[in-house]
Amino acid sequence: MSELARETLVLNMGPHHPSTHGVLRLMLELEGEVILRTEPVIGYLHTGFEKEMETRTYHQNIVFPPRIEYLATMIEEHAYVLAVEKLLGVRAPERAETIRIILAELSRIASHLVWLGTSAVDVNVTSMLMYCFNDRERIMDIFEMVSGQRMMHGYMRVGGLQWDVPAGFVEQVRAVADDLPGRLDEYERLLTDNLIWRERTEGIAVLSHDDALRYGCTGPIARGSGVNYDVRKAFPYGGYEAYDFDVPLGSRGDSFDRYTVRVEEMRQSRRIILQALDRLRDGPVMVDDRKVALPPRAELVRSIEAVIHQFKLVSEGFHPPVGEVYSAVESPRGEKGYYLVSDGGNQPVRARVRSPSFNNLQALPVMIFRHMVSDVVVAIASIDIVLGDGDVDR
Amino acid sequence: MIAEAAEALARDLAGLAEAEDRFRDEVTLVVPRERLHDVLARARDASFAVLTDLTAVDRLPAQPRFEVVYLLTNYTAAARVRLKVRVEADDALVPSAEAVYPGANWLEREVYDMFGIRFSGHPDLKRILMPDDWEGHPLRKDFPLVEEPVHFAGHTPKVPSAIIPKTPRTPPTPPR
Repeated sequence: MSELARETLVLNMGPHHPSTHGVLRLMLELEGEVILRTEPVIGYLHTGFEKEMETRTYHQNIVFPPRIEYLATMIEEHAYVLAVEKLLGVRAPERAETIRIILAELSRIASHLVWLGTSAVDVNVTSMLMYCFNDRERIMDIFEMVSGQRMMHGYMRVGGLQWDVPAGFVEQVRAVADDLPGRLDEYERLLTDNLIWRERTEGIAVLSHDDALRYGCTGPIARGSGVNYDVRKAFPYGGYEAYDFDVPLGSRGDSFDRYTVRVEEMRQSRRIILQALDRLRDGPVMVDDRKVALPPRAELVRSIEAVIHQFKLVSEGFHPPVGEVYSAVESPRGEKGYYLVSDGGNQPVRARVRSPSFNNLQALPVMIFRHMVSDVVVAIASIDIVLGDGDVDR
Repeated sequence: MIAEAAEALARDLAGLAEAEDRFRDEVTLVVPRERLHDVLARARDASFAVLTDLTAVDRLPAQPRFEVVYLLTNYTAAARVRLKVRVEADDALVPSAEAVYPGANWLEREVYDMFGIRFSGHPDLKRILMPDDWEGHPLRKDFPLVEEPVHFAGHTPKVPSAIIPKTPRTPPTPPR
């Protein structure tokens, strides 16, 4: 081999590249077309949310979580309000918890559908994108129905929900849940038996079980590698302990396993939604604690205490006790946690967002070592990063 | 309820830790930084195989000012333990956890970037989220949260009305 042939080439990929699902820059050291070394460069979407959250009250901070991770907005809100509730030591009423779970699982399906559509586009199955977005749109309609917004809902509140769901909610959710298995079967027929899809994903971007643990990977990435960890099972939150569902696991840890895990997760989410619809009972959707929740409008004209509570909550918000909590939920990308530190004031001293994409992306250089450049696209797609989630401090 | 595995680890590390705190069913151990490496290695060997999060808290004006926070998770026993190392601002140096938990690499870079806490033994300690030439560490409490003017080289930025001049609105002509 001549000297020239042994030379390596440093290739810059991104930050603006259609396959990076945001703005991710990779510095690849190549020998021919084989990757020897990868250095991800992130920070292009760093927005300073954590700093912002230190200057606002706990209630005002509800606007940030869905902006941090914009594909699974309801799950983000769920994560944040659960952390504040843990800090306060309150628990939302049962109806609120059930509705939260329905919305969170719908959000998971919506996020996985976006993943399925976009990662199929990355290997040139362009029709998938339209099918998946079509289905996701029906879920977005439900979110708009309950909160008035397709994204950035601000629907969950510390101690419950902003208001009860409107009439027709149950029927619409059931319609989406009824149609889902047929649609998923159709997508699987399009992809699972598709020679190109299989050749592009099988054996590509393999992550071993041990590496998944070492790098702190969570979510479908870790489960595709056989790590049996789902926050909903290991650390049940918000009523999940009462639901019956399976955690799909992969064995080889390649891109194809992550695909099968995610598709199966959508089916399991549907199972949870159907169980939640069955146990949905009438009742309050906001906790009955005047130190946390606003008093009902009707009380304001009758009770001076209600007026005082209303004034204190609106003008300065509630004051959690001194302490610190970490509360995590299972987001479509893995463990999404909020670490809140309180000094007894009405604003957090520190609000830390533990985002799964950050840790998952860290394993990318291991996954694509000795792969071809074209496999990088598949690898990034299979991690399902949300760069807002990986970067934005987050 | 605190998981039995977390209680066991807390008992095991009781001799190495300075203080222990329990709040809302979470165990926090404060560890002197000289013993951090031993503590992390023992935790990892006790099946706390995953470093879920590594971050810091600026407690200004308290002394010592910074807390570096490690969140360890045991997947099989579903248990969590939080470790803390307290450091002064003028001596903000903590041993790197990268050798024990490789996932600490980026997280330590982030803490360095945001708080200016250095990690001894880190293979490549540099900024990760902020630009390389950034001055200061944004998540420190004395870093002001203010707007900055954006500089455009060579020309002054236009306000929207300079691009689309305001004209008096004329009523639309009715169709014939």
